[in-house]
Amino acid sequence: MAIDWKSYNPGEFYDELISTPGYPRKIARILTKYLASLSQEELKQRKTAVEHAIKSMGISFTVYSEAGNIDRQWPFDLIPRIIAEKEWNRTSEGLKQRQRALNCFIHDVYNEGKIFKDKILPKELIRKSKNFRKECVGMKPLHNVWAHICGTDLIRDADGTFYVLEDNLRVPSGVSYMLENRTVTKRVFPELFENYDIQPITEYPNQLFETLAAISPVPKDYPEVVVLTPGIYNSAYFEHSFLAQQMGCELVQGSDLVVEDDHVFMKTIAGLAPVDVIYRRIDDLFLDPEAFYPDSALGVPGLMRAWLKGNVGLVNAPGAGVADDKVIYTFVPAMIKYYLGEEAIIPNVPSYLCTDKKQCDYVLKNLHKLVVKPANESGGYGMLIGPQSTRKQREEFARKIKANPREFMAQPLIALSTLPVLCENTVEPRHVDLRPFCLQGTKSYVTAGGLTRVAMVKGSYVVNSSQGGGSKDTWIVSE
Amino acid sequence: MLSSVAERVYWLGRYLERVENAARLLKIYSAMLFDLPRGTSVDWSTLIDISGSHVKYAEIYQSFDEKQVVNFLLAHTENPGSIFSSLAMARENARTSREVIPSETWEQVNALYYTVKENINPRLSRSARYTLLEEIITDSQRIEGLFVSSMSHNQTYSFIEIGRKLERADMTSRLVDVGSINLLPAFAGKTQQRLFLEPYENIVWINVLRCLGAFQAYRQQVHNRVSGNMVVPFLLKDEEFPRAIGFCLGALIEHLDKLPNNDDVKRAVTRVKRITREVDVSQLLDKGLLEFIDELQISIADIHEEISRVWFSPVISQELNP
Repeated sequence: MAIDWKSYNPGEFYDELISTPGYPRKIARILTKYLASLSQEELKQRKTAVEHAIKSMGISFTVYSEAGNIDRQWPFDLIPRIIAEKEWNRTSEGLKQRQRALNCFIHDVYNEGKIFKDKILPKELIRKSKNFRKECVGMKPLHNVWAHICGTDLIRDADGTFYVLEDNLRVPSGVSYMLENRTVTKRVFPELFENYDIQPITEYPNQLFETLAAISPVPKDYPEVVVLTPGIYNSAYFEHSFLAQQMGCELVQGSDLVVEDDHVFMKTIAGLAPVDVIYRRIDDLFLDPEAFYPDSALGVPGLMRAWLKGNVGLVNAPGAGVADDKVIYTFVPAMIKYYLGEEAIIPNVPSYLCTDKKQCDYVLKNLHKLVVKPANESGGYGMLIGPQSTRKQREEFARKIKANPREFMAQPLIALSTLPVLCENTVEPRHVDLRPFCLQGTKSYVTAGGLTRVAMVKGSYVVNSSQGGGSKDTWIVSE
Repeated sequence: MLSSVAERVYWLGRYLERVENAARLLKIYSAMLFDLPRGTSVDWSTLIDISGSHVKYAEIYQSFDEKQVVNFLLAHTENPGSIFSSLAMARENARTSREVIPSETWEQVNALYYTVKENINPRLSRSARYTLLEEIITDSQRIEGLFVSSMSHNQTYSFIEIGRKLERADMTSRLVDVGSINLLPAFAGKTQQRLFLEPYENIVWINVLRCLGAFQAYRQQVHNRVSGNMVVPFLLKDEEFPRAIGFCLGALIEHLDKLPNNDDVKRAVTRVKRITREVDVSQLLDKGLLEFIDELQISIADIHEEISRVWFSPVISQELNP
């Protein structure tokens, strides 16, 4: 026997497959038994098969710091994560609720500003938000939806409860890896699908296409939807190309598009052809050199004009990132109550705002216990993980926080749940999070599960692929 | 279809074809050298001539030793025309066109890239080299087959095919060059050697045919002994054999007909057709093919220029589509 679950010990953490050494959770019994039945040799073969599949399918991502190495193979662990359908259904409702409230909020920010007048959230915070776009004031996108696509990061704490860690409303990535992870598991572990009813996830590209097509400014049978990528050197290029392929859309770069008379066209072999909806994977400030960074070569001059006139759909809408700010995040439960009159189904991780004098003092005194996050970074950059930090790092952060309290917030270090990961000759617990993808248009849709990200380094909490994280296939299974 | 996509898949077609052609050339050339007597002036440097990479080669190596030449043409990353470099470019174009080509084709191109990457080394033995070249050729053919049978024959497909057929026509013209120009004048100054080598002249033409996989087709069609003045017209004019220039031009026209604004490009193709149709080969062979081949290659390059001008860099003020 190669895997011995009795010697697998997650310690004080909540492990999602094994409750105590030797005792798998009910839903994981078939899986753990099957894995234990494989010999060392067989496990090794499967692992090689995974590596081979990923290499030959060309599933890759880019790490910026590695100059010259533009695509790197996707790190994947072959033991799937299992979540019970019943628990998932509720979580899924919570995600839809959250996205609805966030969209109400963004629309409110750029239009009436009721939430400020009712003193739920200080307007001051918005004025100082890096992601507030004054150009968008007064804009009313179709269906009043700004963030059509949302990648919400969920974590479980030591008793297994799901919390929202952050909302990604700008250009959340990872969904292609979620889909490809399933394909890899099907190739390598087809046996597992005999004994579990696993919710399929293949529908996402269709749902995405429908969401995009539904915001075509002119109703058409076949609106021209394109995916706008910054290009092959972007870390998520694989995903851009994958989604375009799955949806049967053109994958364009800024240089393929042109704006004439406030309408967007793409350059084709037959001349210019009109474009109706753009799924843009470029940050706001690079979208249009006329409106934002004048040096941006990634964008399309005039794109904002075309959008503001309602001649093209942009997904997510420019300015949607105003709600994707870790300081604004702390107000989301209040937003849910304010706009929807409901209690938040999924709680936030308790947070401290550095703009509040009392909370800020607490943060500064307890840096060694807390995780400090910059308000507007993504990819896990610029964070301080208190318990794992050096004194010098803490002093540096204290200085930064005092100089710029609006730019930081802090949270207690959540004891992230673990899952077994296949290491050399053994299985070991590693910390994980979960990023489901939510769509909102005329209706809402949430992926069955999402992308499970794994901190591959023992004891580490950093799951971002840009910082050496891995991933797992995620199953929503009926009991 | 996007101009930028058209450009990428066109180059995908060209590079894939280039990989296969270069592998065929290397394989056959090795085989041919074993047939010729030792000490002839036909040596490994001729291969560098054919590939037109003399300058680059001289920067890296001082002599034309077999292992060096083979490594340069097969694997050298500083040689943009090496099989590996072409394959890397093909892979890059496939990777950046994944949204428009069948995923299996991308996977196969990717796999071939790794096969070559993992098997090349400067000290490759003759037999290991042979095996690798065989593998490259077989895999290339499999990839071509995948495109033919698993991709919609739409405009994207036409651009891949146009790239492929143009590259093929170019390669065939180079081989005609090898058979005549590079080889014969090398003997010309050495009367004694020429007499001695005469029986081998046909071996060269046989190998040119083999390189193109055209030996059987030639035999069936021409029913004649293999000689320059029969092989050259076959390779230039035949419209049935897929690697003959005549055939490639026909295929080009077929695909061009599926594309918008094709007049100028078709005109450029017709010009090449006329050049090959009107040439009197036996007369040319006597005085050397040099000028003719130059004219032919320039006119083939013109087709590329026209394609690039018409489709890859469209003028923005063109009339809008309804």
